[in-house]
This record gives sequence, C-alpha cells and structure tokens, in this order.
Amino acid sequence: MSARFRRLVETDRPQVSLTVDGVSVTALAGDTLMVAMLTNGDALRSSEFSDLEPTDGRRAGFCLMGACQDCWVWTAQGERLRACSTPVQGGMEISTHQPEATWATIA
Amino acid sequence: MTQIHQSDVAIIGGGLMGCSAALFLRQRGMSVTLLETDKVGRQASGTNFGNVRRQGRPIFQLPLANRAIRIWRDSPQLLGADVEYLQSGHIRVCFRNRPENIGKMEEYAALAREEGLDLELMSANALREKFPWLGPDVLAGSYSATDGHANPRLAAPAFARAAARLGASIVEDTKIVHAEKVGEDFRLTAEDGRQFAAPILLITAGAWAGKIAGWFGEEIPLTPRAPTMSVTEPVPYAIAPAVGVMTPDEVETVYFRQVARGNIVLGGSTRAQSYPDDYRSYVLPQNTMTQFQHLRRLAPALANLQVIRVWSGIEGYTDDALPIMGPSAKVSGLFHAFGFSGSGFQIGPGVGETMAELIATGATDIPLEHYAVTRFAK
Amino acid sequence: MGDHRVIIVGAGPAGVRAAQAVVRAGLRPIVIDEAARAGGQIYRRPPENFQRDHEALYGTEAARARAIHEDFAALLPHIDYRPETLVWNVAEGHVWAAHEGETQAIPYDALIVCSGASDRVAPIKGWQAAGCYSLGGAQIALKAQGCAIGHRVIFLGSGPLLYLAAAQYVKAGAEVAAVLDTSPFWLRVKAAPKLAAMPGLLWQGMKLLGDLKRAGVPVLTGVTPVEIEGDTQSGVSGVTVRHKGAVKHFAGDAVAMGWHVKPEAQIADLARATFAFDPATRQWLPQTDADGRAGNALYLGGDGARVLGARSAEVTGELAAMAALADLGLTVDADRRRWLLAEKANYATFAKGLAQAFPWPHELVAAIPDEAIVCRCEAVTAANLRASVNTAHAQEANRAKAFSRVGMGRCQGRYCGHASAEIIAAARSVSLEKTGRLRGQAPIKPIPVSLKRNDL
Repeated sequence: MSARFRRLVETDRPQVSLTVDGVSVTALAGDTLMVAMLTNGDALRSSEFSDLEPTDGRRAGFCLMGACQDCWVWTAQGERLRACSTPVQGGMEISTHQPEATWATIA
Repeated sequence: MTQIHQSDVAIIGGGLMGCSAALFLRQRGMSVTLLETDKVGRQASGTNFGNVRRQGRPIFQLPLANRAIRIWRDSPQLLGADVEYLQSGHIRVCFRNRPENIGKMEEYAALAREEGLDLELMSANALREKFPWLGPDVLAGSYSATDGHANPRLAAPAFARAAARLGASIVEDTKIVHAEKVGEDFRLTAEDGRQFAAPILLITAGAWAGKIAGWFGEEIPLTPRAPTMSVTEPVPYAIAPAVGVMTPDEVETVYFRQVARGNIVLGGSTRAQSYPDDYRSYVLPQNTMTQFQHLRRLAPALANLQVIRVWSGIEGYTDDALPIMGPSAKVSGLFHAFGFSGSGFQIGPGVGETMAELIATGATDIPLEHYAVTRFAK
Repeated sequence: MGDHRVIIVGAGPAGVRAAQAVVRAGLRPIVIDEAARAGGQIYRRPPENFQRDHEALYGTEAARARAIHEDFAALLPHIDYRPETLVWNVAEGHVWAAHEGETQAIPYDALIVCSGASDRVAPIKGWQAAGCYSLGGAQIALKAQGCAIGHRVIFLGSGPLLYLAAAQYVKAGAEVAAVLDTSPFWLRVKAAPKLAAMPGLLWQGMKLLGDLKRAGVPVLTGVTPVEIEGDTQSGVSGVTVRHKGAVKHFAGDAVAMGWHVKPEAQIADLARATFAFDPATRQWLPQTDADGRAGNALYLGGDGARVLGARSAEVTGELAAMAALADLGLTVDADRRRWLLAEKANYATFAKGLAQAFPWPHELVAAIPDEAIVCRCEAVTAANLRASVNTAHAQEANRAKAFSRVGMGRCQGRYCGHASAEIIAAARSVSLEKTGRLRGQAPIKPIPVSLKRNDL
C-alpha cells in the first residue's frame, strides 16, 4: 500500500508512532491524523455503500477543513475521529473499519 | 366563475390516512379528489419514526392494527413501490426503575394474544443474550416478532401515486380555505379560488383538521406538537427489531430502529410545540440532549455513533391521545380520520381502508366507538 | 454596558475584525471557533512546531495574514475565546456549542456569524475515488501540513484559486500534471472591466498563469470534464476531458477540484435567516442589509454571508459587528461605517467579475451521465436522483432529498446541494430557482450520541 500524500516541506519534526489496523506506522509531530495515515497508506476508510454502488470504494477524505465528513476513522475503543482535524498523538490505535461490524446480527 | 371539480368523495389532507383512503376508495370504484396544502406525506406522515408496531396499542385498536399489517405486508404489490417495510420485530422494554411495568406487560400480552398478536416476555438476561446492545438499565421486555418498521418519507407518497394510477385526482399545493355543505354537496374553495364539490367529505388533515371540522360546527381541540427525531451515520446492519421504552414519563420514551442501509433512526423524549399556521416545526436542542441521555440507558452501544441530522414535523394530538375516526355527529356525508396523536403510522393504511369501507358501504367491522367525535362534543 | 452578550462564531478574517470592533466598544464577546488556532481557512496556521514564516505560507497576503494573527493575539485578554468548539445548533436565542464531548446552551443578545466558505464543487463521473480532493483541501494540505495531495496532481475547476493553488504546488516542488479550467478564456476578457476594480488582484492572477506556463504545466481553458478514472481500491489514476474537439487524457494519482467557494450558511439558516435566490451565481444566499443584519439579533460577516474574498471579509466582519453594536444602543463611528461600505461595494464589483470570468459550469452539471455519483456521502447516482423526479414526481430539492437520499448524508448536502438542484431543474425543465432550497437541519456537523450537557 503506497503513500497517497507526499511530504514537500516541514519534514524536520520529531517522529511519533501509532498503529493503523494493528500495523505500526511512523508520523511526524504536528501531523493531522489524516496526514499521518495517508503518508503511510492510500485510504482512510471505505464507503458504507460499496455493495449498493459498485463504483464506490475506499475513501481518503475530500475537503480537509472539517466540512465534508468523509474522513472519520475509529479508535480501538470505537470512538470516531475526524482525521483531517485531529492532531496525531503517539500511541494512537486507529482502525479503518467500523467497529459496529462486530455487533451480533439478529435474524 | 371557475369550473367546479366534482367527484364522489373529496378528501382534505394528503397524509398517510388521506392517501390510503384515496387508493381504497378508487378500488371500490368511487371517484376521489384529494386536496393537499403542500406536498403529500410531508408532515406527521413523513416525519414520524416509522414504527410499524402493533404492540403497545390499546387492545381495542388491535383489529385495526391487524388490518393495517396485512396491507403493509402486501405493500410492494399494492403500491408498485418499495416503502422499505421490514417485518423484523419490535421490542418494548421497561427500565429498572419501573418494575411495575412487568406486570403490565404480562397483562397486555395475555389480552393481545386473544386479538392475534403473539408477544414473548423476556427477562433482562434473555433480552441481552439475544440483543446484546441493550443496556444494564433494561429490566425486562416484550418481543413481537411480527411487528417491524418502514420508511415514512416514502410511504404516503407511494400510496398517493398508487391512488393516482387508479384514477384518483391528487391535487397538491392546494390549500382549502373554505368548506360548506350546499344542498347535497360539500363545496370546497381553494386559496386561489378553485372550487371542488362532492357529496362526501373526508377530513384527514392531521393537526389542521380541528379548524376544518370547526367550519361544520364540530369543535375538536387538537394540540399541535413536534416529535424529536434524529438519525445516525450508517453502520453495518445488525439491529433487526425496532426498540422502544414503555414508561409513563415522556422524557424517557425513547426508541430506535436500524434501516437496511445502516442508519439508526432515533426518536422520542420530550416533544416540542409545532406551528401549523406557519407550517413550521423545530427540534429543540434540549430535547435532542434528553433523547441521547435516555438512549444511552436503553442501548449504551449507540453512544459512539454520530448523529448526522435531526428533524421534526407537525402532529395533531387529542386530549386522550386517541384519534377521531368515523362519521361526523353533525353533518351527514362528513367523515373524520385525524388526531392520531403521534401513533398513526402503523394503522394508517388500515385507517384508509376502513374509512373507504365505511364511506362506500355505510358500515365496517372494525370497532370505531372509542374514536367517536361525540366524546369531544360540547 | 458590559452586560450585552455578544457571540461571534468563527475566527477567520471576518470574525477577528468583528471581535476587534466589539472589544473596542468595551464589550467582552465570546468567540467560538472550530479550529485550534485563529485565522480561518484562508489564513490558516500550521501547528506550532512548524517552521515556515508568513511570507512562505501566505505569499502576497503575508502582511494581511500576520495582521490578523497578531491582532487576534492582542485581543485574547479581552475576549472569551473558545477554540476547538463546534456550534451545532442555534435555537431560542441560544448557541449550542460542543467541546470535548460536552455541550452547553449559550444565550446571546447579538450573534455575529462569520462562518466562512467551503469549496463549490461540480460532481464529475468518478469523483468519489480516493485521491479526489476539494481545491481548498489541496491548498490546506500544503499550507497547514506541508504535503501535496498526491505524487502527480491534476487541478480541475475554475476560478483564481485553481491557478493559485496549482502555482503554490509547483513552487513547493510538487508535480502538477495539468490545470484544467472549465471556463473559456474569452469570458475573462469580457469580465476585465469588473476585475479592474481590484487591479492588484488582476495582476497577481496574470502572474500566476505565467509561473505555471514557465514551469511547463499544461493549462487548458474551456475544457469539458468527461471522467475521473480510477478504481475502487487504489483510487484516482487520471482525468479525461474534451478540449477543442479532442479528447485529452492526463495521468495522475490526485485531483484537486473546485469552482470558487460558497458560504457555509448552515448556522445562519438555523438562526432563521431568510434566503433569496441569486441568479448571478445560481445559489440561495442568506439575506442581509448592507451592514450584515439578518434579523432576529443575527448578523452575518465575511464569506459566510456572501463570497467576496478574504480582504472583503475583514470589512464585512467589522460592518456586521458595528451593526450589532448600533442595535444594542452603542455608538458607532459613522465615518468608519461609510468607508467600510464603500470598500465592500468595490469588492462586490470584483466578485461579480470573477463570477462572470469563471462561471459555475451548470450546463455540465445538468448533463452529468446517469452512472455518475452526485452525492458522495450516500452514493446517490444521477440516475437515482433523476428517478426521484421522473418516477416518484419530486418537484423540488427537499422532496428529491426525501425520495433519493441526495444530500441526506454526513455533509448535509454541502458538496452535492448545488449540483443536485441543477440536475432536478434540468430533469423537470424548470428554472433552478423553482427547485427550491435544501433546508438546513441540525446538527451543523455530526455530534455523538455520547454528547452530554454540562450546563445543568
């Protein structure tokens, strides 16, 4: 999985570590969670409606200013974080999958 | 003078009751003109929670509810449209601070069984085993496997389109400002001067109906209220039944259901005032907050979810929270079906079919005595 | 006189100048801002540990940015500043503000909303692919985070920001595959007299074009977008457009798209501003008087009321605050007000020129292919939306929303509202105005069910 974002400037910052879907990745202090994830991967989450709309798939945010709400990711505890407006912190455990997928389905 | 539009039945009010009545009247061969101030199904019928729930209704209402459930089940064929009806169950729970409700649930279940509604009473542990997202504050519950939910935004318009296909005249954006009986006909005048006439008039105008009935000398007090509704982001579909709380305290009456696409619709807690004259209703943020508070008791697993939208609508409440349904006590040919007091969605199609039967044949087997307009007559 | 309760929402150029005017009048306003640091989007500041100075970050606007940042810092002892706080509703004379999982209702005597703007985007077939970003978003990535949105970026849209952001990317060392402008060049010539209202800005625009051409970036005007190519897994792989009768393809892994910006008018809507249709820009706008009064103790400043640009936002933010102060019975400087109104008029002329030179491509939007997604949140295609009109007989925007779910998702129609209205209007063969306006609904942005009141 290649990086989507490319760092151009301001690279002289201390490193921080976090996990994304259990994999340890390195970001820079001052990154948003979105930049932390997209300099290590190419998406943040998947559309909920990929099965209804086959052309819809993985998502990597859109507006970067907290307006489009396309970049919500999840903590290990199931809290939502808007990746474009959340500063990365060392030790974060982030999931790109909705935790509610584990709820029991009742027939 | 403009031409008068004549039909066998005129209906004022294009909610679920009016639209389904129009469809069933056409099925019985009567010509119908339905008059709606705005667009069909936009207020109480389009903004409610979408519960297709029989349990919890007064026992004497179950024959009507049973009639309605058959129509909901047939709705794809009847309407030629998917109104997202799911017969996926309904759970009614009571909170730990109201243990007296267990006895009431048992009593209700026994009576409901006689009306053909089977309810399974469940202990807290049994409930949480089957529905793990219920919270520790839930003491017991009553499960109805054959209740469910549907999409209110789609239902009334789908009935209107089906009625129109059978030849009903669905007239939107038409506010009736005057109605009177002239000879054998009711004569209705719209704001822009258009006139409609019919020997039978059915008022299904929800919160606006009291005013219209008043034109015929029937003073019926209706309180316009506004439900507190919210919806979450979509999450994987996992919650089949609609879930609600049985409680005498309005602030605790919260409920939720998950639609097949994944969003969870949240409803209940304190209602706000609504403003029928201005065609406006507003969600009060303090009510949204108490709704969240009590939903966290009901299903703590929902706490992490994001609410992406809130809405309300205009509902007409009677003083005893029962509808007015049946013939007028004062004017022959005049019929009422309104004042459903926030509980009309499930029975809606049954109301339409019953009113059509009553109008076309003069009688119905559905017991209507509890809904008589005379209980409010001065 | 310290008893007047004034709330200012937003700490961009308009909000900062509004706060300054209110403080100058001897009041202590509450300033609520969603961001961690003041400046708004245009003068957005990177986190504290970043190194670039104002000149590097804001170019020709460095002095203005510095003034906004420094003036706001000087205001801090005199205001009740609440950063990282979301206004999610307004009702019954109270602003509902949420911060760190808690919320409270804050009463006001005057509410000055300086909520800024967000990108106006036209849906293009394939725009849901990962790697498509709003133009403003592409600029923020660079300004606030030092990143490019991809390794080979295609800029698609129209308006001055298209050229500015592309030139900033080139200057920062990013690879820019192309700048694809949907507006034909001759419209710029036609609009020149109005654009001359701001000769400095006109000159800057020409200079940016020169920078891009010198860097060898293809700049095409008058293009018709065909498709953003890509797949559901890896995202964008390129853009195809029609240009002068030929089909042209540009490979790239990112697209920055935007056609100017539009007001973030949701707070104004919930505070019950009235809206009117603006035929020039084909959108509904909150109505104010010349000073920014919107009724009900509501005042609107900056691009959140009407997009006139960052410089104008300083003017209209201050005007809105002066109107609020005057209505509270405080004395305002009549000469200052007259000067501000004249400035605003000048910016308005320039904004009309921009709208004429770089129009919203409404014919393209109306003709979007059936299979294209219009609403990214809910994955609603143009076919779904057209069916709600043609099959279910939706006659206006809110009805089409109810039937098709367009605009019903997390962003509440911010990014599909304008486009869906064009598609509905075309499907019904009626004017855009007749399709009506999507009514605003709380919350302004998503709130968690865990949200608790802390004011009881």
